Amino acid sequence: MSNATLSQKRPSTLRAASLPKWFGWAVAAGSVALGLGISTVAGLDSSIQWALIAGLLFIVGTFGIAARVEGKRQAKDRVATSLVWVAFLFAVIPLASLVYETVKRGVKVLDGYFLSHSMGVVATSEPGGGIYHAILGTLEQVGLAAAISVPVGVLTAIYLVEYGRGNLAKAVTFFVDVMTGIPSIVAGLFVLSTWILVLGMGPSGFAGAMALTILMLPVVVRSTEEMLKLVPNELREASLALGVPKWRTILKVVLPTAIGGITTGVMLAVARIAGETAPVLLLVWGSNYINANPFADPQASLPMYIYLQFQQSGGSGAAYDRAWAASLTLIAFIMILNLAARGIAHWKAPKSGR
Amino acid sequence: MAKRIDVSGLNAYYSSFRAIEDISMTVEPRTVTAFIGPSGCGKSTFLRTLNRMHEVTSGGRVEGKVMLDDEDLYGPGVDPVSVRREVGMVFQRPNPFPTMSIYDNVAAGLKLVGTKKKSELDDVVEKSLKGANLWNEVKDRLNKPGSGLSGGQQQRLCIARAIAVEPKVLLMDEPCSALDPISTLAIEDLIGELKERFTIVIVTHNMQQAARVSDRTAFFNLAAVGQPGKLIEIDDTARIFSNPSVQATEDYISGRFG
Amino acid sequence: MDISTKVPPTPPSSDAEPQRAARGATRIGDRVFLGLSRGSGIFLLVLMAAIAVFLSYRAVLAIGEDEGNFFTTFEWNPTGNPPVFGIAVLAFGTIVSSVIAMAIAVPVAVGIALFITHYAPRKLGGTIAYVVDLLAAVPSIVYGLWGALVLVPQLDGLYGWLNDYLGWTGIFEWQGGAPRSMLTVGILLAIMILPIITNVSREVFRQVPQMHEEAALALGATRWEVIRMAVLPFGRSGVISASMLGLGRALGETMAVAMVLSSSFEINLSLLDPGGGTFAQNIASKFSEATEIGRDALIASGLVLFVITLLVNGAARLIIARRKEFSGANA
Repeated sequence: MSNATLSQKRPSTLRAASLPKWFGWAVAAGSVALGLGISTVAGLDSSIQWALIAGLLFIVGTFGIAARVEGKRQAKDRVATSLVWVAFLFAVIPLASLVYETVKRGVKVLDGYFLSHSMGVVATSEPGGGIYHAILGTLEQVGLAAAISVPVGVLTAIYLVEYGRGNLAKAVTFFVDVMTGIPSIVAGLFVLSTWILVLGMGPSGFAGAMALTILMLPVVVRSTEEMLKLVPNELREASLALGVPKWRTILKVVLPTAIGGITTGVMLAVARIAGETAPVLLLVWGSNYINANPFADPQASLPMYIYLQFQQSGGSGAAYDRAWAASLTLIAFIMILNLAARGIAHWKAPKSGR
Repeated sequence: MAKRIDVSGLNAYYSSFRAIEDISMTVEPRTVTAFIGPSGCGKSTFLRTLNRMHEVTSGGRVEGKVMLDDEDLYGPGVDPVSVRREVGMVFQRPNPFPTMSIYDNVAAGLKLVGTKKKSELDDVVEKSLKGANLWNEVKDRLNKPGSGLSGGQQQRLCIARAIAVEPKVLLMDEPCSALDPISTLAIEDLIGELKERFTIVIVTHNMQQAARVSDRTAFFNLAAVGQPGKLIEIDDTARIFSNPSVQATEDYISGRFG
Repeated sequence: MDISTKVPPTPPSSDAEPQRAARGATRIGDRVFLGLSRGSGIFLLVLMAAIAVFLSYRAVLAIGEDEGNFFTTFEWNPTGNPPVFGIAVLAFGTIVSSVIAMAIAVPVAVGIALFITHYAPRKLGGTIAYVVDLLAAVPSIVYGLWGALVLVPQLDGLYGWLNDYLGWTGIFEWQGGAPRSMLTVGILLAIMILPIITNVSREVFRQVPQMHEEAALALGATRWEVIRMAVLPFGRSGVISASMLGLGRALGETMAVAMVLSSSFEINLSLLDPGGGTFAQNIASKFSEATEIGRDALIASGLVLFVITLLVNGAARLIIARRKEFSGANA
């Protein structure tokens, strides 16, 4: 069918039968109503079911009506639109529920007492106790991991951007990529196989920190690398032309220019490892007591605390409450890090860099 | 098949900013009309109102009438998608679909309306590529990606893609500004051939080009940066370039500003 | 540029012989600094080598003790006499749960990415993108807690339904136990990897040059046709590599799986009945009660997981590299 015949058939080629603007909303409302109706009649009690029914009705209804009124192409376009909307809503529901449930159930026991006490004398099934020991453990483990991986990571990135040309640089780049993909449990197993099984050390916060370092290093290298690449070459040349040695140029010109972005990258990396549980489970074991020494004996951490409360609850509501409250604390900690990191990135962004 | 365009009282906005103000003009079928004027005078914006592409940019909004023969493009119930089938467009930078072959690029518009028959597609592709003076250069590599062609060839491929759906009007937004002189010449020759079949409107920064290819020329100007662009005058090209009726046009053409 | 102005240029030395003094200092300073940074790079390589060597070493020890076939045995009994263990069940469970997660997450993530870039009003899109970014940072332990305490109780009805209408297929058969099954794991993993796939896809869709979309529009394409002609082909390889990243996460996810799955060491063809296990989940669950050979056996299974994730990530990177070659002319 060529366009010529099309225009002969229809006097107006521009005007097409089209549905009113509220059509989409109307079908959506109808589908939800019908979905709820069907569920009530059929006695379905799961919200997942009626949502699925409503979503299906919405898509089929849109296509059916649009195909009759507007033609197949328009109908396809509308179905694509409704599918995209449905995808969005279906994804929003669990994610919103996650945030909502965590906040709702978390605030129940989250108070000053909870933050400043450990689980030392509280049985898991009893109410009371807190997460002081877990916060302490998380801060120490994450702090140790950062203390190792930030210098090593930043120096590696400097090597790659400022010096690296040959095969060594290529190999490092490649293995940083590989490291990015290491599952956290494998990082834990590695430290287990060396530190604990070969060297015969016991579980400790430091052992966990080493595994966290493996997870954090590639993130620091990658983000620092990106930031250093953004530093305009003219700056380096200007400094070198003044007779400033290369290492001082890097320390005094390049790093200060990129420091905002590097800080952001480090904070995001810290946020990532702060929620890691698997390596802590293998290497730090978790504990109900305050252990301020990360170099000896099991130690708690926030994610590990959540896991233990869940695992050893025996169905006790008090333990679940504590798990939710610890989750809320952990999420709040990570979100604050994230928001602060973004704030710094926004504030310190090199304006001419991009 | 070419159609007449009749614009009256047209204003175009970006959110609250008025980019062009109160434009009225007529474009006759089977002619080439060139839009000239300094940067920012709204000639490209105006061009994009002629196939309802202006409203694609966020905040883009149009008031007024654009009649295509006897139908208002902005009338109630008019489907912008159908408008764009009637009024084709060629852009400043050649933009063949990078993931499609030369053949698929030309056939893209037809496939949209559901033409599936291979023989019919073959015919149209060949006819359109010949119409764009590109057939001899690409007939042996129709299945190669369009992005492998030179800039000038890519632009002619885009013209072939636009004319394959048999529009009534062809809009060209500085089609040669990214091309070398030889490719530019090829496109200009092509425009001369295409006006036998289409109504052509071309925006150009190059006044010699306007003089070479167009029958009518419209001069746009703006009072100051931040002010809306206006149509100063439209007349036969020969007249605009020899004896314009407005002083500003003469100043611009003789290079005294802009 | 405002930052660079904070760095005062080093004032030229007024020393009578600045040249020589500076050069001496330069050489030592530069050498030390280069040594430090190169050393860091080398440390990283050594670390990777050590990971590979030590994991392999312990794995070889374990497999040497194994009386069953490490790859085909359907049993995990490293403390038995003789010790018998194999990864067949774990490999099956890992693949099944990841495939389910991908099947759900990829289309939905592409949908959300399109919603953000092409459908939602600009402001709303920006807000959603930001929120999804933040959700990517929610730790897996919290997803696990939510999955076990909120999601699982909601699934009863759905599973009853699947059993009623699709039970005849075998894979949707349900005996009515608690819905802590492979499908649940898949759904939870899908929710977990959704933000990361969405983020990467969104970036890719945003990079589609305006001119390609306008080309399609000017041909008289509807919004969906624009997406099909210009956006999806351009973004395809980006979406694939995003999915691979998500897959890498799903394969290695430990805690969330351990918290929602009622594991057992068997291959269960029904996705709705509890049972089965994954590499990572098995390590976490069996670790506390494992003896030395038990730990080595777990390390051996971890090594297999490591190799699988390496292959998946390598594939993702290959695809990205290929894409650069392909669209180099026009990007």
